[in-house]
Amino acid sequence: MGISRREFLKVAGLSAIAGVGGSWVLSIPAKRDAEAYEFLRHPKALTAKKWGMVVDLRRFKTQEDYRKVIEACHNIHNVPQFDNPKHEIKWIWTDTFKHAFPGQEHKYIMEKLEHKPFLLLCNHCENPPCVRVCPTKATFKSKDGGIIMQDPHRCIGCRFCMAGCPYGARSFNWRDPRPFVKKINPGYPLRTIGVVEKCTFCEERLARGLIPACVEASNGGLIFGDLGDPDSEVRTALRANYTIRRKSELGTEPSVFYIIEI
Amino acid sequence: MYNAGKIIAGLIVFLLIVTYPFINRVVTKPVVDAEKVERLKIKKPKEFTIAEHMTILDEWRDSAVRDGRRIYMGSDEKKYPISLQRNCLLCHPKERLCDRCHNYVGVKPYCWNCHIEAKE
Repeated sequence: MGISRREFLKVAGLSAIAGVGGSWVLSIPAKRDAEAYEFLRHPKALTAKKWGMVVDLRRFKTQEDYRKVIEACHNIHNVPQFDNPKHEIKWIWTDTFKHAFPGQEHKYIMEKLEHKPFLLLCNHCENPPCVRVCPTKATFKSKDGGIIMQDPHRCIGCRFCMAGCPYGARSFNWRDPRPFVKKINPGYPLRTIGVVEKCTFCEERLARGLIPACVEASNGGLIFGDLGDPDSEVRTALRANYTIRRKSELGTEPSVFYIIEI
Repeated sequence: MYNAGKIIAGLIVFLLIVTYPFINRVVTKPVVDAEKVERLKIKKPKEFTIAEHMTILDEWRDSAVRDGRRIYMGSDEKKYPISLQRNCLLCHPKERLCDRCHNYVGVKPYCWNCHIEAKE
């Protein structure tokens, strides 16, 4: 004889109670253990939904203006200077309008624009192709701020990310960079032969409450802030000016904007 | 149900025995694993450091690089910045902290390809 409806419901009810209660009991010891130590953020750390930058090219007039910014970055991050341009490592650099915004140049373009150097760096895309292609997750999008980070510990030097990046923002260490760093900053590590590197929006400085080195040196030419906060400095600059982005048609959603009124 | 009393009493006893480890954990103070607590303090016996430093460095590295959490607080409530160049090596020179053992056992970790020994 099969069980009655009443018996079946009793067994089902008891099983449900045992299941829910059991999982609650099991979850207790794990929680207790986790309280013993913690990894914390610096109390002054700067945080954002999505970090972004506006490059105000009206403020870059002389070669000196560009040099100051590039040197601030490259000195702090121990970026080597190679004589051979094929070995070049660049975090922030300049190029012409034609190369920075291909497809938007034409042969009748204003001369001033044609010869103006454009300050270029990693665009910290919202939809980064370099992250998608990295086989080891050495390059990844940080959980807070959406910075495209590079973990050289995990980089195997396959250079997929360099092929994936449409902006040429990544450089490969073909040689040991140490002898080519003029003055080593002991507060930041070097890189080793066979890894890829790039701009990290000074993640290590943001973690300590400092703004990026290039922004600090730019004298107002670079505006940095939270794209997710409508009252931030970048958003204010974006509201007030016409801005363009590099190769936005590719759908990578770059976070670096250019004001090109000159 | 025949013998309901005996069966129910038996079931209760059975449940108590099966769930004893969990009940014990909830009712009494949690048993703290002495080895784990030792691991969480920064001042550790030499033997412990020798055996476990790779795991610790690995955890700290992942926290700093991946999660942006660059301060470690152990069970002694003291906070330490997670950084070789800004923390460990400022007090413990690399020669004493790393090289003495590594040279002796003939291992060559590639930390120093990138990380810099503090000179100041």
